Amino acid sequence: MEFMFFAADFSPIRPEPGLMFWSLVFFVLFWWLMSKFAFKPLANLLKDRELEIQNALDEAKKAREEIAQMKAENDQLLAQAARERAAILDEAKKMRERIVKEAQDKAKQEADKIISAARQEIENQKLAAIAEVKTKVGDLAIEVAERVLRKQLASDAEQKALIQKIIENAKLN
Amino acid sequence: MNRLVPAFFALLFFVFAATPAARAQHDGEAPEHGTEAPAGEEFNVGEVALHHIANANAVHIFGDWYLHLPAILYAPGHGWSAFLTSKFDAHHHGNGTKAIDHYVLMHGSILRIKDPSFPYGEVPVSDYAVEEVEKDGKKRDVYYAIVDGKRYELDKKTTWDAGILGGGVTSFYDFSISKNVFTLFLTLLLLFFLFRRAVKTAEANSGKAPSGVQSLLEPLIEFVRDEVAIPSIGKDKYEPYLPFLLSLFFFILGLNLIGQFPIMGNVTGNLSFTLVLALITALYYNLKGNKHYWEHIFWMPNVPTPLRLLILTPVEALGILIKPFTLMLRLFANITAGHLVIVSFVGLIFIFGKSGASLGGSVVGIIVSLILTMVMMIIEVLVAFVQAYVFTLLAASYFGMATEEAHH
Repeated sequence: MEFMFFAADFSPIRPEPGLMFWSLVFFVLFWWLMSKFAFKPLANLLKDRELEIQNALDEAKKAREEIAQMKAENDQLLAQAARERAAILDEAKKMRERIVKEAQDKAKQEADKIISAARQEIENQKLAAIAEVKTKVGDLAIEVAERVLRKQLASDAEQKALIQKIIENAKLN
Repeated sequence: MNRLVPAFFALLFFVFAATPAARAQHDGEAPEHGTEAPAGEEFNVGEVALHHIANANAVHIFGDWYLHLPAILYAPGHGWSAFLTSKFDAHHHGNGTKAIDHYVLMHGSILRIKDPSFPYGEVPVSDYAVEEVEKDGKKRDVYYAIVDGKRYELDKKTTWDAGILGGGVTSFYDFSISKNVFTLFLTLLLLFFLFRRAVKTAEANSGKAPSGVQSLLEPLIEFVRDEVAIPSIGKDKYEPYLPFLLSLFFFILGLNLIGQFPIMGNVTGNLSFTLVLALITALYYNLKGNKHYWEHIFWMPNVPTPLRLLILTPVEALGILIKPFTLMLRLFANITAGHLVIVSFVGLIFIFGKSGASLGGSVVGIIVSLILTMVMMIIEVLVAFVQAYVFTLLAASYFGMATEEAHH
């Protein structure tokens, strides 16, 4: 049986000068050492880091805002571009229509012109043809008359009769 | 730096080398041991528990193994003596077999032979004895060293309690590197190297996420700063006091936790230590106290003069003393209570086992004690944090009061 049977009393409650002295020494030493070599550097590092994080957050916020702003601008630009595009398309459509219309008009005019020219030509041709026909008919009539005359005036007697007749008719009227 | 740490502890081990005593020599003496429990004597849990939470000059590890610490003693009229406690050649129960310059080692504590005629130098001591005597109507134990069959009364070390707590000024002062001082030293080193490591990691990690010890300590520092210092003192004034508050928090926490280990000293459960901490704290915040603070203590504004003189000023002035007194007592009582409960639970093994006489009882005792002690240990770890926090928080609030600006 080996156990301590101590008549120990409640000694921790009695302030001992020795332990108080060493407590003071070690606590002050701890305070000084830790403040200088641990707490201050760490507290500063923590502060710096917090500042850094805050800055980063602020920057991120700013960047987000910038991006939002840029996006809005982009949207605006896009909308404007779309509007412009629509306008251009509209214009182009109108122009096309105008050109087509113009072309059509011009073609029509040209056609009209050609047609009227053709008509004129036809008329002219017709007139010429008529004139020719008239000439031909005249010529034919003359030929016929000639032939008839030739036949009727084939003898001298007949000729003398005719001349006589003509002279008679022409007698000093 | 990191390689120096183990080397340092190795050195420490050699300096305070644990030395087993010669067993053969001791075995012959064993039966004569006066303080050995007589068979059948009741196991006194209270005494064992009180012994375990007490300071000691030589740390008993187990059996005949001791961690011998330097003894530094001062006796008015004789002067200083300094030597390693191994010189006492202790065997059982931390009882030395030699007296050195009147000093003897009993139960691991240094005592001094009162008799001025006792020779200085090394004198063999055969045994020790305890006797209960009545003095001034109070029962108290008187210790004796037995040299050559003669009993010599022993003086306990001087304590500054003016006899109220069973101590008083005696023939010597003990400035030894005791178990508690050794624990203080070890805690300081441990925390210092831990924090230096964190600082190094933090410096190497700048711009990166924290890692290692840094991740462990930074949240604690931030906790003390954001939950204790800033709310109590104010955002623009806390900074000069932060290192002090952090020192309080980490030193108390470190000592509380290291005190959970066997062999290590129970420093925060010793009034000498908590008294010093409370005094330093009180001194610091009272020195930093501004006009507003002192005005509120001695001449509370906007209060009728008779009321000031009769009630407020006495009460507030008393508060100057009461604040550090409660700081001192709270930490001491909480830690001491926890340790006492744990030792008492362990003591259950011996109570159930009738000090080894009943094997069945011992087994039951071990099971019961194991469960209860484990639960208590968990609570103790919690208490270690809570008490460090409470001490720091109250200190911070006192700093806050002392530096608060008038806002009427």
